[in-house]
Amino acid sequence: MTKLFDFADSASSVSGPPSSVEYANDRIFRGIAWLSASLIIVLTAYILWEIGREAVPAIGKYGLGFITGTTWNVNKDEFGVLPEIWGTLYSSLLALFLGGIFGIAIAIFLTQDFIHHRLATVFRTVIEMLAAIPSVVFGLWGIFVLIPLLKPGAAWLHEHVGWFPLFSTDLAGPGMAPAALVLAIMILPTVAAISVDAFRRIPYKVKEAAYGMGTTRWEAIIKVMLPTASSGILAALVLGFGRALGETMALAMLIGNANQISLSLFSPANTLASLLASTFPEAGKIEVQALMYAALVLLVITFIVNVAGLAVQQYTIRKFEGKK
Amino acid sequence: MSDIDLSLAAEAPRPLPQLGRQAFEPRALKSGFLTGLTWLAALLAAVPLISVMYLLLVQGGTRLFGADFAEVLTGLPPAGFEMGGGIGPAIVGTLAMVGIASVISIPLGILAAIYLGVLEPNSRMANTSRFLAKVLTGFPSIMAGVFVYAVMVVHWGYSAWAGGVALAVLMLRTVVLAAEEAMAQVPQRMKDAAYGMGCTRTQVIWKVVLPTGMPGILTGVLLAVAGAAGESAPLLFTALFSNYFISQLSEPTASLSILIYNFSGMPFPNQIELAWTASLVLVLIVLVFNILARLIGQPKV
Repeated sequence: MTKLFDFADSASSVSGPPSSVEYANDRIFRGIAWLSASLIIVLTAYILWEIGREAVPAIGKYGLGFITGTTWNVNKDEFGVLPEIWGTLYSSLLALFLGGIFGIAIAIFLTQDFIHHRLATVFRTVIEMLAAIPSVVFGLWGIFVLIPLLKPGAAWLHEHVGWFPLFSTDLAGPGMAPAALVLAIMILPTVAAISVDAFRRIPYKVKEAAYGMGTTRWEAIIKVMLPTASSGILAALVLGFGRALGETMALAMLIGNANQISLSLFSPANTLASLLASTFPEAGKIEVQALMYAALVLLVITFIVNVAGLAVQQYTIRKFEGKK
Repeated sequence: MSDIDLSLAAEAPRPLPQLGRQAFEPRALKSGFLTGLTWLAALLAAVPLISVMYLLLVQGGTRLFGADFAEVLTGLPPAGFEMGGGIGPAIVGTLAMVGIASVISIPLGILAAIYLGVLEPNSRMANTSRFLAKVLTGFPSIMAGVFVYAVMVVHWGYSAWAGGVALAVLMLRTVVLAAEEAMAQVPQRMKDAAYGMGCTRTQVIWKVVLPTGMPGILTGVLLAVAGAAGESAPLLFTALFSNYFISQLSEPTASLSILIYNFSGMPFPNQIELAWTASLVLVLIVLVFNILARLIGQPKV
């Protein structure tokens, strides 16, 4: 026994118990890593605390009336964000509807043997590149390409089916329709990527069994693959919705920043995030407090949506892998 | 005995099952129709990307690849009806703030990921941190701006530092999640072999886990840098904007994304052309980092 340890201690071997210096290094390094990990918790708490603290004066002053109020008047000290909450939810839902349909269609396209898998990889890269394009660039594209493109169609719709609430106003420039379209393009990669993940988790045997029963490709997709992947797709939609709620710059450039509630697709509106983006830089002290309150409202909405999305995603992973 | 006549059932002529695919039966038509729709959806989804790229090259390219590209890349932004000008301060500002953000967030992010991925993957603290990092990913990016405004700008004014810290808040979550994923994929056997030699955990991390997981970690870092370069909302009221080159990091700083935002609303063609040029430069920076990330992260054959 002693000989064995003598050998292990000798300098000629790489193996051996750590020296006291190495022990100390290990302790210190692990401490630093622990501190860094705890920093994430501290940071999140600090963000909530700091925004909450700045919003407290406004919360005390306006209370819940802030959420139901419809005016934003700095001179009269009247602040309400109901139009912004409406605009945020409306634009995000429209974007979710469009982006969701296209995102799921693309996920099916990429995973259900429509094209050769090499080609699918190329196509996937193209969609991921869409996610890499900065928000302002989409905003610029929206102003100079999308809005002129939508104008004739919007004018026609307003003229001929103007009685329908969705088309009750004309598109004068920025408005809900271009904003929601750009938003749909921006959340499409998120929805597609998470849905692809959901389809990939389905064991190959399931698909084989369906085809073995003599189903057509679409019977297999609609009756077997979609129901099996449903929870993953739901997670994709909820997380995509969360992404849409918080999107700022493209909306600030395209939605028109009008403080009004309207069902019309072509009237200008506003969202919480673009309200922050457009008013914050020039706001006075009292308005900043109101804006902090608005930020807190946005934070709470996105927090709830995201936690719900993560929970559904976690549930999906657990369902297929049977652990954690 | 029952009174059912079995022989009759057996003798009745039965239709032959048709096992072959019928080209025009309703279900095959439906399948074909939906397949066509899916192709259409996939092709339509590629249209915005192609349109954006085309316009960037046409509108921004004339200036950037033209004769006065040196002026565009180094010149000051023009005022009002002025012609010419460039986006020099914005390029420098963007690089400076992304640099600050990288210096802060990359080491912190990788250290946190080491704790989450290698040291205590299943501890309560690791689970909490991981969950919060994911929640942070869903936070609107403008929140980082609001937060840094309340913490830094209120006391020390608009500066490149504030912009950099806001971007760092956004980069941190990406770096942590990507690096953790990369390190979790290092085979347990390799770590066990190192532990068996008497390595401390720190030595295992430095000599086995980090070198093995490096491609994945670098991919995450590069994607985070690309994302930060394209961000604009958190810079709006932390770095503000400036028409001049920065001389120190504690003054308002220009950035490409804010320049695009500001110029896009102006009525002057020269400014709008510069906004497209700045967009092209920004997209090129972002895409270069993205492609680098992809090349490094490719699985070794």
